[in-house]
Amino acid sequence: CRISSDGKPAKFQPPPKPVIIDKQKQREEKRFLSPEFIPPRGRIDPLKLFLERKDMIQRRKVFNIPEFYVGHILAVTTADPYANNKTNRFVGICIQRGGKGLGATFVLRNVIEDQGVEICYELYSPRIQAIEVLKLEKRLDDNLMYLRDALPEYSTFDMNMKPVSHLDHEEIPVNKLQVRMKPKPWSKRWERPKYNVKGIKFELPEGKMREAQKWSQPWLEFDMMREYDTSKIEEKIWKEVSEELKK
Amino acid sequence: SITGASRAIQKLTRVRVVDNSALGNTPYHRPPKCIHVYNKTGVGKVGDKILLAIKGEKKKALIVGHKMPGPTMTPRFDSNNVVLIEDNGNPVGTRIKTPIPYILRQREGEFSKVLAIARNFV
Repeated sequence: CRISSDGKPAKFQPPPKPVIIDKQKQREEKRFLSPEFIPPRGRIDPLKLFLERKDMIQRRKVFNIPEFYVGHILAVTTADPYANNKTNRFVGICIQRGGKGLGATFVLRNVIEDQGVEICYELYSPRIQAIEVLKLEKRLDDNLMYLRDALPEYSTFDMNMKPVSHLDHEEIPVNKLQVRMKPKPWSKRWERPKYNVKGIKFELPEGKMREAQKWSQPWLEFDMMREYDTSKIEEKIWKEVSEELKK
Repeated sequence: SITGASRAIQKLTRVRVVDNSALGNTPYHRPPKCIHVYNKTGVGKVGDKILLAIKGEKKKALIVGHKMPGPTMTPRFDSNNVVLIEDNGNPVGTRIKTPIPYILRQREGEFSKVLAIARNFV
């Protein structure tokens, strides 16, 4: 019982209100719409896109496609008539996600016995039996094709890797790894600003880097004809998709 | 200098021999090159037989992987891989360490001996 300096009892201070962190609400706020739902630019009949989205949602109800970005390490088991056990398991890092609608693909890369292997899987193919995310990790780029010209240690992943646990409400960590490359020539000139690659540690001389900047097109980001604002379309599609999936 | 892959394996492509045969692994000042593809088109994909020029000799070989992207769900390798083979289909080497695509099992009759010495499948 607190006694103030006057001798009278102190004014009643109510206890501080408890702050409730509702994790379910946080999860709902974190929206993720898979990039293949976003319609491509161009004159395409919205009915075709609507029917494709219906089929995609149907497939997602039956088979869980987890949320993943480029840079995640996935393990995919497919049905293969020519493999023993009829299933084929492949572990790899996702280097690219392409295609829209039902033809959406993602490319997994791994180095097995000093041989680099890449497999392009179709997300909605009925041959895929399971997709597990082994490690959640975003990278600095959207497209990790430069891993083909990087040292093989950056693409090697153990086939029997254990899944690294990740809490639901935490944000996906961004790995700011700067990859070291094999000596030139590369399959593409990654130092050129066209590719806008941020995840490579260029060990080229200053002269070469300046020469590469000659091909920069600084007017491209201000080009109004290339603008494609997808925020409103995304919201509409997200509402549609989340309603259908809850049913 | 290395050119990128436009078609898969055709005449004059440099290939990499993947088994542990003596012919494939002893160093020579010229890389093994394809001189003929046993195909209606001159382009060889996985599972086609080709004629190689190694160490001044002609030898038949089987393509097990190429740099060109193929149908989806099939693996794409970072180098053009090839296994040395005799005229009757017997492999020259005794072990294949590099991964081999499962598609080759479709023609089990022709390639059964090659598949038997393979260790890893993709």
